Amino acid sequence: MERFLIIGSGPAAISAIETIRGKGSKVEITLLSEEPYIPYSRPLISYLLAGKIEEERLFYKGRDFYERYGVKAFLEEPAVEVNIREGIVYSTKGRKFTYDKLLIAAGGKPIIPAVEGKELKGVFTFTTLNDAKNIAKYLEVEKAERVLIVGGGLIGLKATEALLEWNLNITLVELADRILSLTLDKKASNILQWRLEKESVKVITSNTVQEIRGQKKVEEVSLRSGEILPCDMLIFAIGVAPSVSFLRESGVEINRGIIVNEKMETNIPNIYAAGDVVEIKNIISGKNQPIAIWPNATEGGKVAGANMLGEDKFYPGTFPMNSVEVCGIPTISMGLTEPEGNDYEVFSKEEGINYRKVILRDNRVVGAVFVGNIERAGIFCGLIKDHLDVSPFKSRLLDDDFGLIYLPREYRKRKIEEAIGL
Amino acid sequence: MKRIYIHEEYCIGCRLCEIHCIAQHSRSKKLIKAFKEEFPRPLPRLVVEESGYISFALQCRHCEDAPCLSACLTGAMYRDEKTKAVLHDKDKCVGCWMCIMVCPFGVIKRDENNKIVSKCDLCNGEEVPACVANCPNEALEYR
Ligand SMILES: Cc1cc2nc3c(=O)[nH]c(=O)nc-3n(C[C@H](O)[C@H](O)[C@H](O)COP(=O)(O)OP(=O)(O)OC[C@H]3O[C@@H](n4cnc5c(N)ncnc54)[C@H](O)[C@@H]3O)c2cc1C
Repeated sequence: MERFLIIGSGPAAISAIETIRGKGSKVEITLLSEEPYIPYSRPLISYLLAGKIEEERLFYKGRDFYERYGVKAFLEEPAVEVNIREGIVYSTKGRKFTYDKLLIAAGGKPIIPAVEGKELKGVFTFTTLNDAKNIAKYLEVEKAERVLIVGGGLIGLKATEALLEWNLNITLVELADRILSLTLDKKASNILQWRLEKESVKVITSNTVQEIRGQKKVEEVSLRSGEILPCDMLIFAIGVAPSVSFLRESGVEINRGIIVNEKMETNIPNIYAAGDVVEIKNIISGKNQPIAIWPNATEGGKVAGANMLGEDKFYPGTFPMNSVEVCGIPTISMGLTEPEGNDYEVFSKEEGINYRKVILRDNRVVGAVFVGNIERAGIFCGLIKDHLDVSPFKSRLLDDDFGLIYLPREYRKRKIEEAIGL
Repeated sequence: MKRIYIHEEYCIGCRLCEIHCIAQHSRSKKLIKAFKEEFPRPLPRLVVEESGYISFALQCRHCEDAPCLSACLTGAMYRDEKTKAVLHDKDKCVGCWMCIMVCPFGVIKRDENNKIVSKCDLCNGEEVPACVANCPNEALEYR
């Protein structure tokens, strides 16, 4: 029987397994995961830390996923080396795993900057379930009150939002001149910063941590600006990098992430990769880059799984997008949100905290931002994907009742038919 | 699977579909009770779009390759194995709005009272969904 080996147990891996079994295949599936858990949803760790949900809810595929899907899982047993010539993966426990086909879905690892003091107690990242548990434990045991969050991107904000429920004294420091600078435009960033400050979060921009000091645990932090902040806990949230260190010598081609084609094949026959670990085509810029979002992991995993079974499926790529809610203000952003240069046409509208902006290039939507009123934002996601010429109705894009009705009738009909596979 | 088909040329924009959708998803499932006595009132799980002389009701297409299923972080959005409908388990939803971000039809709504999303469930096992059953001009069809 054919043997599939999967490295990782995140959504890319899970979606590949669901695809493989969903097609009725009985291949042998073995899985290695660095973490001690059955599949869980990383994005839910902020809800857990906030006390909004129980730990059980993180196991979004049910406790019996591996059994139901016939997966032989080796937990807390990360891959350390891949030998492509012999088709063997070595684990930390010194075990050898042979495969006919290999899927690398090892996701991303949080980036920790090389600052003095980063090994002190009280310094955390916020990526895994263990991170969330360790943070909660530290807060309880050490009675930490002053928390510094380094990085004002998605994960930094998720951590902030969760910790607001703990009644702490929170400072957020961000290197760029505004929070969520990679995904939101200036106005939306400002709205969220204003909201955080209203919640007594101290937001420091254009600055970062220079040194972490303390006897055994974090006691204070010095910033690049020279400012010294007393602090009991620090969370690094400056980004994730594809988890590829175990592949460096393997011959699998890697840039920042693993390089794959539209079939999610690496340069090595029978080795596939998907999710945060790969560079995927950004269909707006045309360039390949890691796009570390959940839907990219599930979509890529689905295509990889099908192709491992010998099908001919393609994943044309995606674009950065996210949905982040901060203190009750929902935001959705997609594509280019703060474009530079003269090639763009920008429409925007603002009413209190409700803000919408749509960016066009050559009469095609290439980006959008929604704050407050996020209703029907997905229509714009569809317009970006479909590369539709919006010139006939572009003056309507920000109308309150904007909807499919303004789209060309033929396109609308085709879209509805395609959805149901006609 | 059985689906709702839209015939926009027959739609008269009366919004009876919307009203009956609300009633169907209310506690009593009774029109007058739902509107007079039940608060907060459930959201309609469809949108009626209207511009000039054209109008139509639009509800979840239960897509074959559903972007909301790929985007859901919690397992709340799932495909019913028997009917193939895309359904939503409100006990699993945390209101992350990822599905709203990716639904190209814009038919998943935010239920702000409950901090979860709300969408068409094809009236969960009813012979004919309420919007279709109550359309006076056959602008919606279930087959
Ligand atoms: C706090 C937080 C909030 C987020 N919120 C959102 C959000 O709102 N929306 C969104 O789209 N995305 C969000 N994301 C990002 C999303 O979680 C990721 O894009 C997604 O999990 C990537 O899936 P993946 O399968 O590629 O890898 P991961 O989920 O990173 O999983 C990687 C798996 O590989 C395992 N692994 C790693 N190295 C090895 C090894 N050497 N050997 C064996 N196993 C290994 C890990 O243990 C893990 O099981 C969030 C992430 C975090 C941390």
